[in-house]
Amino acid sequence: MTHEQAKTLIGERFGGAQIEGATLLTVTVPAADWRPFASFAKDELGCRFFSFSTAVDWKEQGLEVVAKVDNVDTGLSILMKTKLGPGVSECHSLVPVFRGADWMERECYDMFGIRFDGHPDLRRILLGDDWVGHPLLKSYAVDTPHPPYR
Amino acid sequence: MEIKPPVPIIPAPIWRNIKDLQEWEQLHQKRPEGDKHSVAFESITEGIHSFPGGFVVTTGVDAFLNWARKSSVWPVTFGLACCAIEMMATFASRFDVERLGMVPWASPRHSDLMVVSGTVTIKMAPMLERIYAQMPDPKWAVSMGSCANSGGPFRHGYHVVKGVDRVIPVDVYVPGCPPPPESLLNGLLLLQDQIAQFRRTGKRAAPNPKVD
Repeated sequence: MTHEQAKTLIGERFGGAQIEGATLLTVTVPAADWRPFASFAKDELGCRFFSFSTAVDWKEQGLEVVAKVDNVDTGLSILMKTKLGPGVSECHSLVPVFRGADWMERECYDMFGIRFDGHPDLRRILLGDDWVGHPLLKSYAVDTPHPPYR
Repeated sequence: MEIKPPVPIIPAPIWRNIKDLQEWEQLHQKRPEGDKHSVAFESITEGIHSFPGGFVVTTGVDAFLNWARKSSVWPVTFGLACCAIEMMATFASRFDVERLGMVPWASPRHSDLMVVSGTVTIKMAPMLERIYAQMPDPKWAVSMGSCANSGGPFRHGYHVVKGVDRVIPVDVYVPGCPPPPESLLNGLLLLQDQIAQFRRTGKRAAPNPKVD
């Protein structure tokens, strides 16, 4: 499947999606279409390889969740994004579609505090269980005293 | 001469499961500060001190023991980050710390020295503290590199301990990012110089290195 075909398919199916880019398709979907778009990309565009998932803190504009999925047969790569909106930290989980999203979304929760709806085991993965706060948020004070070693 | 029992009494290390081991370790951590000599040695020292001129003998014994200590400092092989590469180079044949009597040993229970080589994260600090507690007294620690000294370039990171001296007591700080093997070797010689003036009072001797 070529990039042009993929663009047309996405445009037909998801009217609210913004599509940019020539080699790497950057698709911004509404937060409600996050999981439907992922299963569409997996089943109909053949993007079966879940590359990574992360988030961006745009301060007052809110959080943005990013995931990259690849079709390893045709070389089609889709960078899917969704803006959660200001003050929102809930997002649909991609684990029912891609099992590899499990640890990525745990890390995302650990660093940004995004609660993934439908995740089977959402707890911290890198930091300790007693950690307070989510350090990659822009509002996280860098020199926050953290007992017992700081 | 009265032989005092250890305080508190530490049971024989018979470990049937991990809980016994943890209990034994806790008891070891509760030992009072400055328990550097064995109880028998302490009693003998006190006995000899009561003789006229006996302190000369004890000073000699101390000097002899310190010579023995500084000539067989065994560092535990414990690498944390990129400084560990330089530490390995120091331990290897080109720089060869074995000529100073140092044998890198893969067990904290047989070691005297811990070279903290690299960034100590908040998650790693309890493990580091535990390994240090597992080493028998007398024990020393060398903080190697900027990260272990003060947090270094990661000082303002959210996850880094700002200096390993917030976790364990440190004897020698080696600056550098990372310190070359020559620097670490200099630090180890400094440490040997400190050990040569080691007293059971627990006071640190002022370093007077002949190596600088």
